Amino acid sequence: MSTQAETGAKGFSLGALARRPETGTVIGLIVVYTFFAVMGGPVFMGAPGWSSWLNIAAEVGIIALPVGLLMISGDFDMSVGAIIPASSMMAAILCGHYDLPAIVGIVGGLGVGLLVGFVNGLVVTRTTIPSLIATIGVMFAVMGLTLGFAVLIKGSTSVSYVPDPLTKSILGQFINGMFNVSILWWAGFVALFFWFLHLSPIGNWVYALGGDQESARNAGVPTNKLKISLFMMSGFCAAFVGVAQVMTYQQAQVAGGQSFIFNSIMCVVIGGVLLTGGAGSVVGIVLGTMTFAIVNQGIFFASLDPNVGSIIIGVLLLVAVLSNDTFRALALSYATKKK
Amino acid sequence: MADQTPILELQHVDKSFGPIDVLGDINLKVHAGEVLCLLGDNGAGKSTLIKTLAGVYTPTRGKILMDGKEVHFTRPRDAQEMGISTVHQFGGTFPLMSIGRSFFVGVEPTKGWGPFKVFDRKTANDVAVKAVQDFGITRIDDGDRLVGGLSGGERQSLAIARAVHFGARVLILDEPTAALGVKQASHVLRIVNEAKKRGLAVIFITHQVMHALAVGDHFAVLIRGRLAANFMKGEKSREEITDLMAGGEDMATLEAQIAGEDTELHSPAHVRASQAE
Repeated sequence: MSTQAETGAKGFSLGALARRPETGTVIGLIVVYTFFAVMGGPVFMGAPGWSSWLNIAAEVGIIALPVGLLMISGDFDMSVGAIIPASSMMAAILCGHYDLPAIVGIVGGLGVGLLVGFVNGLVVTRTTIPSLIATIGVMFAVMGLTLGFAVLIKGSTSVSYVPDPLTKSILGQFINGMFNVSILWWAGFVALFFWFLHLSPIGNWVYALGGDQESARNAGVPTNKLKISLFMMSGFCAAFVGVAQVMTYQQAQVAGGQSFIFNSIMCVVIGGVLLTGGAGSVVGIVLGTMTFAIVNQGIFFASLDPNVGSIIIGVLLLVAVLSNDTFRALALSYATKKK
Repeated sequence: MADQTPILELQHVDKSFGPIDVLGDINLKVHAGEVLCLLGDNGAGKSTLIKTLAGVYTPTRGKILMDGKEVHFTRPRDAQEMGISTVHQFGGTFPLMSIGRSFFVGVEPTKGWGPFKVFDRKTANDVAVKAVQDFGITRIDDGDRLVGGLSGGERQSLAIARAVHFGARVLILDEPTAALGVKQASHVLRIVNEAKKRGLAVIFITHQVMHALAVGDHFAVLIRGRLAANFMKGEKSREEITDLMAGGEDMATLEAQIAGEDTELHSPAHVRASQAE
């Protein structure tokens, strides 16, 4: 037994590494990158390639982080697809239509996200409606409200706004004309979420909530407050992307954002988060997001038929879930096989 | 022991959900260092009773006393703070969390300063492993392992060790042996004994009479929400207890009935022959 303790204490061994749940995702990422590097050639491996997939990764990644946390805690958030246009519309109407300062638009847009997240949280905690359905309901309601107000106030389904240079440089600039500044924001969000989930004591509650809600509540975790906070986080992050889109593209549309619903969930699942909750990591979510973005953009560089890209993403998703299950089974069998 | 004030006492406790009376006039006492076995068939009101003790439900009528003083639990947390801990059938643990992390859910140890406090993984793991090993489960030696990798008995033991570590005085075990094999169950029973030796009051819910007899000092049988029997160790035989649990119905009659149906189904000729006799 003492030898076992020693190997455990060293903290690094190939076997332990193979049992990390992220291992499957890393292998997937390497395979996918290599494939598109070969197909896409030097352009894909150079700055144009990196910027194109990083830009995509940053946008979907900022949303995938809280969506992943929600999934770890056992819930889904489908409403992100409606929050993005709602918040960008709010920002564009406040600043572009009413000519208020940019900060008002930003706060207003983010406020929309927090509010919708709060409503999601309330519906999920106060009723027995599963979050998947509850947030779809909220999504449609928000979509309707966005369209209704946009037409009522502006008489149009799109509102344009030209941000001042400072706002533009913070939220919507392309560094070197290629790299969207949102990549840096993504990095910031990653650090924040990593700290929250893996280092702060509250992160433990997220896993407990996803593992067994009843036991978590009995252990003294304020499960309802935690759930509402998590929904507000995802609302906030989706709104952040919405607001950043206005600053980048100088226009807000009532439609759009739908693709983020499935894309964010795919990033999270490819990243090894368990659909039923209780397991997952921020590193995994980031790796999953990168994998997704590389496939998403690699197709153009490899000049493949976009339909082939959809097939690759679909297959990738299935393989990811299968391999995640395998690695999880390995991790669980670890203790029982030792003796 | 009889002259001591019981840790936990129920006086004339009733619980109704709307027009449905689930518990009626329950009087029970549990002392420190005693195992009370709560027996009863499915739907007898065992779950309601322990949920009332754990603060999930408040009694419709009647009093709960701790150390002789009346207490009111409005939520599970209240009961926990008074030292009443419930361990559920599957251990109430989280299969995909590490041993250290799951041990400290809700009371995470931290290190660091102010808003930058971080979860102290090392302390959590060390404390959790030591607490379980103190209960004789020496196989658990790495706090980073996932709870799901443990056997059912070990998970129960972990949950019990956790409750004891956090100062439980009354341990409510909700069917801890129901899903376990013989060997695993004896594991858990040993730990129940260990908890008792440490001076805890244990309320052990089961419908396996053998398990109850192995560790119990005091037995209470619930039938349709009423206390049908309340006796100390040695006062009743195993058969009597089994009969009581089956709703007072004579077990032998039941057995004969089932056997009768069985033979009727499979060998009518034999039955007819025996009837002719």
